[in-house]
Amino acid sequence: MGERLLTVDGLSTHFFTYAGVVKAVNGVSFTLDRKETLGIVGESGSGKTVAALSLMRLIPDPPGKVVEGTLMLGDRDLRTLSDEEMRKVRGNDIAMVFQDPMTSLNPVLKVGDQIAEAIILHQGRTKAEAWKMSAELLNRVGIPDADKRISHYPFEFSGGMRQRAMIAMAISCNPDILIADEPTTALDVTIQAQIIEVIEEMQQRYESGVILITHDLGVVAEIADKVMVMYGGRTVEYAGIDEIFYNPHHPYTWGLLGSLPRLDEIEKTRLTPIKGQPPDLIALPSGCPFVGRCAYERTECRDEWPALEIVGPDHGVNCWIPEDQRREFRAALPHFQEYVR
Amino acid sequence: MSLLEVSGLKKYFPIRTGILKRTTGQVYAVDGVGFSVEKGETLGLVGESGCGKSTTGRAVLRLIAPTAGTITFEGTDIMAASRSEMQRLRRDMQIIFQDPYASLNPRMRVRDIVGESLKIHDIGTEAERKKRVFELLETVGLSAEHAERYPHEFSGGQRQRIGIARALALKPKLIICDEPVSALDVSIRAQVINLLEDLQDEFDLTYVFIAHDLSVVKHASDRVAVMYLGKIVEISDSALLYDYPQHPYSEALLSAVPIPDPTTERARRRIILEGDVPSPTNPPKGCVFHPRCPRAQEICTTAMPALSSTGGDAGERHEVACYFPARFIGGERSVASEPFEGATPSASA
Repeated sequence: MGERLLTVDGLSTHFFTYAGVVKAVNGVSFTLDRKETLGIVGESGSGKTVAALSLMRLIPDPPGKVVEGTLMLGDRDLRTLSDEEMRKVRGNDIAMVFQDPMTSLNPVLKVGDQIAEAIILHQGRTKAEAWKMSAELLNRVGIPDADKRISHYPFEFSGGMRQRAMIAMAISCNPDILIADEPTTALDVTIQAQIIEVIEEMQQRYESGVILITHDLGVVAEIADKVMVMYGGRTVEYAGIDEIFYNPHHPYTWGLLGSLPRLDEIEKTRLTPIKGQPPDLIALPSGCPFVGRCAYERTECRDEWPALEIVGPDHGVNCWIPEDQRREFRAALPHFQEYVR
Repeated sequence: MSLLEVSGLKKYFPIRTGILKRTTGQVYAVDGVGFSVEKGETLGLVGESGCGKSTTGRAVLRLIAPTAGTITFEGTDIMAASRSEMQRLRRDMQIIFQDPYASLNPRMRVRDIVGESLKIHDIGTEAERKKRVFELLETVGLSAEHAERYPHEFSGGQRQRIGIARALALKPKLIICDEPVSALDVSIRAQVINLLEDLQDEFDLTYVFIAHDLSVVKHASDRVAVMYLGKIVEISDSALLYDYPQHPYSEALLSAVPIPDPTTERARRRIILEGDVPSPTNPPKGCVFHPRCPRAQEICTTAMPALSSTGGDAGERHEVACYFPARFIGGERSVASEPFEGATPSASA
């Protein structure tokens, strides 16, 4: 892979509320290289969006605060930048596409103005130049009649087109890193396919690193190079794309894979869900957040968070179960058979 | 006799504008939909937003009044049923809603939510009803102690279980599941899908399972109907739809659903459809799919084709509404350049 763009080490982001401290992200580490796609997978409340917002320094403070960790963008530490410097990073170095294209565009501004804004701000272009560049960008993300469409308002765009406009806005300053937070969740599946294609094209064209935040392991299988699985604010496992699917080591990763119906299943196999409910982030156990739902819980799980265990090249897991036992447990899972090649 | 038979179902919503609220147009939400559901079977309705799948589900229960069509449930014509007959019929036909946050009254206790229909239909004494509510809660994996709580005290998955308990209260024969799992997280979704399967076996239920997620629908259903812009474009056994998709829209839909397996994904070819779904206020003339269809020809702009079987490997029960369906004969897939002789313009067009 290419040059290292981003190194996150031990990131913790907490929210200090009246009800207590919400430990949304707890000691998360990852890296991103040029042209690489990192998938961050987890369910609601797992901390994947907060991790991304922490990178962008978009956590509302108060109540939120990045309490620990280093966020290195190349050789710059994002946590030590002034607000002014950070504004230059946003859009220019790191850009973000949000989940809901319906609410993340300003309804009273023309689409063109919204795209041109970043170009004027970061590249010092005139309004006319920026407007022209915006039309080109819209065209590049596949919006027909871009010259006309640019002076339309968001309500005149369909969901898929709005998400394309969001991508146009994100790539307008040729960022090194594109963070896509559930970019297709609000969209229909045929439109989702279009948007994924646009993201892949843009990544190749601009040689960016992409962080894709999603709950959909299908989308991850489609475009990610490596995956980080989050649960209760922690990274429970990270690995290359094939390793996560064919050699997963964490019981939560097994559970996620077992919960998915596959379109290509030949015989209907019963799903193997994860028992119980997601944890309360205010009352997380001091140990592994997956306790209570894990079928293989041990006494140590509750009290102490396990150390990172490297199980292969670029493959790490945080779990108290010894490796040989994990392999035994996994082999006994009915749904795992189909993932073994 | 099928448990539920629907034919020529239409639901148009008027668009009213101006001070006088004159009708200036129609939203053709459901436009000539027909299917039948056998006892104990699950029929999946799948399609993208605005295709009319939820409207179909609600019209079948007459929760919204259909514009036209016939619906028979166990041989009784629902469209002709009076108010009181309809109330009686609704004991046998229930619905589970999509959004477990919006479909439970936040000011009612769980026991009142689940027990409300028992009270309305005047079933049992107060004590018997209470016992029944406890039973129902246990059936769906909650416990009796949850009965005194309010909806906000539950997570999304638990709320959906409450919604399911409510639907089961009157021992219905048919349950319309309208996107029952789309608001839920992956791990919880699997719990609810399994619960619905278990309840079907235990109580001999028949489901109409409405969802936009094709992998969920395929997993949950025996047969699947693919909808596009108010019409069914293809209907078949769920396994056959994956192996023998005949309609170009079904092909695109199937190819767009990502499969959680990187090796499989690398080998797949995605069919990317151009553009967006047209507005249901002004659906295209002829086949509703023709403006986005890679196979469209002159004939496709004339009239919507009726559902018909193309025979071959897919069998007689697999029906498609297309002039140029993919056909599978002896393991070979082919698309003829001439219109398929079995395809006829639909009567409702």
